[in-house]
Order: sequence, then C-alpha cells, then structure tokens
Amino acid sequence: MINLAGRDIRHHGSRYIFTGMGLGLLIALTLSMAGIYRGLVDDGKAIIDNSGADIWVVQQGTLGPYAEPSALHDDIYRSLRALPGVADTGNVTYQTMQVRSAGKDVRVMVTGIEPNAPGTPLYLVSGRPIIRGHYEAVADVKTGFKTGDRIRLRHNEYTVVGTTRRMVSSGGDPMLFIPLRDSQEEQFVRDADAVVTDRLRLAQNPRLNPPGSPGILGAVEENQVSSHSVNAVLLRVAKGADPNAVAETVKRWKRLGAYTKEEMTDILVVKMIAVSARQIFMFLVILTLVSTAIIAFIIYTLTIGKIREIAVLKLVGASSRTIASMILQEALGLGLIGFMFGKVVATVWAPYFPKYVLLLPQDSLRGIVITMIVSALASLLGIRAALQVDPSEAIGG
Amino acid sequence: MAQTDMPAILVEGLTKRYGSGETAVDALKGIDMAVYPGEVVGLIGPSGSGKSTLLKALGAVIEPTGGRITLGGTPIYDHGWKIKDLRALRRDRIGFVFQAPYLIPFLDATDNVALIPMLAGMADAGARQRALGLLQVLDVEHRAAAHVTELSGGEQQRVAIARALANHPPIVLADEPTATLDSQRALVVMRILNGLAKQYQTAIIVVTHDEKIIPTFKRIYHIRDGKTYEEAGEGRDIG
Repeated sequence: MINLAGRDIRHHGSRYIFTGMGLGLLIALTLSMAGIYRGLVDDGKAIIDNSGADIWVVQQGTLGPYAEPSALHDDIYRSLRALPGVADTGNVTYQTMQVRSAGKDVRVMVTGIEPNAPGTPLYLVSGRPIIRGHYEAVADVKTGFKTGDRIRLRHNEYTVVGTTRRMVSSGGDPMLFIPLRDSQEEQFVRDADAVVTDRLRLAQNPRLNPPGSPGILGAVEENQVSSHSVNAVLLRVAKGADPNAVAETVKRWKRLGAYTKEEMTDILVVKMIAVSARQIFMFLVILTLVSTAIIAFIIYTLTIGKIREIAVLKLVGASSRTIASMILQEALGLGLIGFMFGKVVATVWAPYFPKYVLLLPQDSLRGIVITMIVSALASLLGIRAALQVDPSEAIGG
Repeated sequence: MAQTDMPAILVEGLTKRYGSGETAVDALKGIDMAVYPGEVVGLIGPSGSGKSTLLKALGAVIEPTGGRITLGGTPIYDHGWKIKDLRALRRDRIGFVFQAPYLIPFLDATDNVALIPMLAGMADAGARQRALGLLQVLDVEHRAAAHVTELSGGEQQRVAIARALANHPPIVLADEPTATLDSQRALVVMRILNGLAKQYQTAIIVVTHDEKIIPTFKRIYHIRDGKTYEEAGEGRDIG
C-alpha cells in the first residue's frame, strides 16, 4: 500500500520542512527551558560535588552557607578536627563580588580557602593551585580569566595562577578562589575616608578612649578592621566513617549546624531552586500547550487544504482508518522534523546562554516521546475534520 | 445492445426527498432507468433537475428515500447496508470520473491509478502493473511517472478515467467529464469511454449538458423536475 502521508510530505517538501522548522524553534525553546532547569540543579550540585567535603558545618539554626548567612569563628576547626571520624577540615568564606579585569566587570563568587583543605577546587584545567598565603587566585573558566591575568578585588591585586571548571555558585556565578586570609580582609575592608571617620568617632567616645588608657582605643580599632569569621567549615570524614554519625556528633556536642552531602544537596536543589523550578515547569507546560495548539492548527489547515482529495479518497473506497492514519502520520512527521531541528538548535545555542544549560539525553528522549504524543493529540482536530468530509462532495452539484 | 442481458444498473421508482414538512424538497420523484453492460448512456438535464442527486444515489453516497437501485443484480440499501458495505461497493464495483480530474496531487500518474486496487487489497506490484496497462490503453503510459502537476488537462482526465477503471468495475459514473475540455478533446474522451465500455463490458452513465458530445450517445435519459424521460440518441460514430 502506498504511504500517502510520506508521499504528501515529499510532495510538499519545502513547505512541510519550513513548518517543521518553525515548530522546531518552539521545541528548541522547550528543550532549552528543560536544560536551564537541569543547569540550575547541576550548578547546585557542582558546588557540593567539587568541594571535596563530606560535611558542611555552619552556624547553628541556619541553612548556610549557600542558602542563608552563616558565621563561625575560624578557630572552631581545631575542635572539629579532634572529633572521631573527621579526617580533614577547611575554613571557607563566600561572598559575591564584582571583579574588574582588563576593562570588564565580572560577577563572581569569591571563595576564601585554605590551600589543600576541603573547599579547594578538585580539578584544574590550567596552571597550579594556590600555594601562597596571599594575592593568588584560581578562577573558574566562565569568569573569562586566564592563568597569568591580574585582577583587582577592592584594594588588592591578585594573580590568577590556575583555572578550574564547573565551580559555580547556586546562582550560576563562577567562583574565584583566593586565600582565606585575603577573603576575610576583603569582607571588611573599608575606604580611607571611612577609616578616618571611624577613628575620629572612636577617639571622641570617652568609654572607648578613657584618659590614661591609650591601649584600649588601639585594641578597639584593631578589632573593628580584623575578621576571624568564616561562613562554614568543611569536613572530610575518615575512611570508613559514617558522615551522618559525624554530623550528628557535631550538632549534639558542638552546638553547630552540620549537613551531610545529601542534606546540603537537598537544601540547594530542593529548597533553593524550588520556586525557580516551579516557574520553569509552568513555562514548560505553557510551551507544551502552545506547541500542541500550533501543531493542531497546522495539521487542521493542511487537512482543510486537502478536503477535495479526501472526499475523492472516501468516494473511491478509502477507509476512515486509511485517511486518519495519513493525517496522524503527517502530524507525527511534523513533530519529528520539529524535534530534530529543535534539538539541533537547542544544542547549538546552549553555550551562548549566560547560565549553564544542561541538555540531558534522557530529557531528549522524554522530549521526543512528549512531542510524538502532543503531535498525535494535535492531529485529532484534523482527523475529525477529515472524517466529517462527505464523499459526495467529490461529485459536483 | 443486448436488451436480454441483465442490466448493470436498474433503477425503479427512485425518489429522494431533502428535509421534511413544508420545507421538504423532492429532488427525485420516481426515476426509472436501466443501463446495460457495454453501453454508454447520456443523462441530460438543466441545473437543479436532480442529475447530481441521481448520480450520488447511484454512487452509493446518499441513501434514496424510496424506490430501488439494483447494481449487477444486487439491490443496494435494501438489507441494512452499512457504511463499510457501501464503501466496498464503491471501491469494487463503481468507477467515478469527475468534471475535473481530482487526481491526488502528491502521487504520480501510475500511483493515482494503482491506489484503487491497492485499497481493495491488491499487492503493490500487481496494482502498479494493472495501472500501467490501463495507462497504456488510454495512451498516457509515457506519462506514467509524471506527477499530476506535470500533466496537461487532457492527460489528467485520461489518468482519471484509468483510475475509474482500475478495479475493472461493471459501472462507471462520469460527472460532466468533458466540461473543461475543447470540442476535439471532449470527443476524444467520449471515444475512449465508448471503447472501454465495449472492451470491459462496462456500463457507463455520462452526466452532461455538453452539446458537443450529446450526439455521440445512442440512448439518452433526460431528467426534468426529478423524473427521467428516455429517448434514442443519434449515436454518431466517433471512431
């Protein structure tokens, strides 16, 4: 039996393909939205997976350091390291900053780390890790910085000694790693005018500058400009130790918050991006509905354009199944062309998105299944119109 | 014509009423006609006389209100015929030729013809073989691979006639098949129909008001106000 749908598609080749391509752009948008969602999740997981930590110790009662502010003294690590099951600790600070380099501003998450401790990027794509205590940096490649670049953070200049990949904040900002001491200073550094004004105010306060005790004023000033806080302490557990048990110990005995990798993933992926995910899901639903309506309209229009041929086919004995099958196959063909084009377009334009777009094969598989289902549903309108065609319409009068 | 033969088409007291009550319209008011195998009969009448309604009833696409249609000895609509029965009847026993060719534009000439036996279940190769044979009979075999848009109007009409004969139906209903053709081509079409009627013993009813071809019929049914009146035609020899 002749494949009527195939012949019709071939006959109207360019029109059919252009229609499919138009639909493909819509499908590309849908796939990209799914990719953006996956990217959000992956960004959230990347910061956890690439930190090399098993447990995040944070300020008690907070969901820090990514979801809520958290502040700890930077000497807490000593007592944490002494706990059974803890192999290594690392103080970390996080702050989002605008970094200026070679005339352009880049928004980064500046991360203060201790060399070779948890929190240090696990993989470098160029250069070397931070080995000095000051003014060295390792940048994620998405910052655009290269090894050897010199960048300015407030008053200090840093040399990029290495680059890493997939180290981004949950907001998608690429990370810039600097030594912990520098990051603590960057958090509290003030401009010269503010320093002079503060000194003047302190000096005029008789309680902080009592006559005969000049040392008090100096101590207060030093305390104001120095920081011994970190946002979290990352723990690596010893081989064979249970991270849940260690986290429980930290919470019970140290009066701190502690989250295992699974719990931190839950905070980042489920809690932090839940609203964004729902937003994207709504957009996906709307796009699917719009796609369905467009395919239905296209198939209906194509069917209406063939009313006379359909009437002739019915008159000469073609069954309703033959005609419905032709329209269904054309709708599926349109969906397939649209999906293939959409997949190519989504893949091509994904790297140009400012945020990470992750196109997973399983999403493509789901996408093609949904496209085929949507196409089949959309063809119902055209099939209904075709089945209502009276074969007597082929006979004039 | 062998009047002793069983008619391929026998119509007795056929009526068709559209609507009901005061707005009812009687399109056919008691049609009687008989067409025999191998015969080409003209059905002539002014617009609104009921030609198309009669053709649709004969073509098993509308159910008459009363009377009887017998095709090759089998009364249709009599025994609770279902849509699929009527579809099979149209497919296997009736060929249609329209005013315009109405070929399927996305098929080539061969497949336009071969589609009909394929719909009846014939294997693709056999159906195409038969189609090529018919195109040869109609002298368009050299255009077998051409798409509809590449065919001239006359070639399209020949392919349409080949399509009507594709399942070797005992009956062909032709609805103004020469309306869009000039005199010369119209007579060629009539010559072809007469030739095929004899060759395949097909009963052909040609609905027309084309003055050019009326003299070619040996027998004519005039239809006026829903009734038929039979008369002998000139039966002019067209070769």
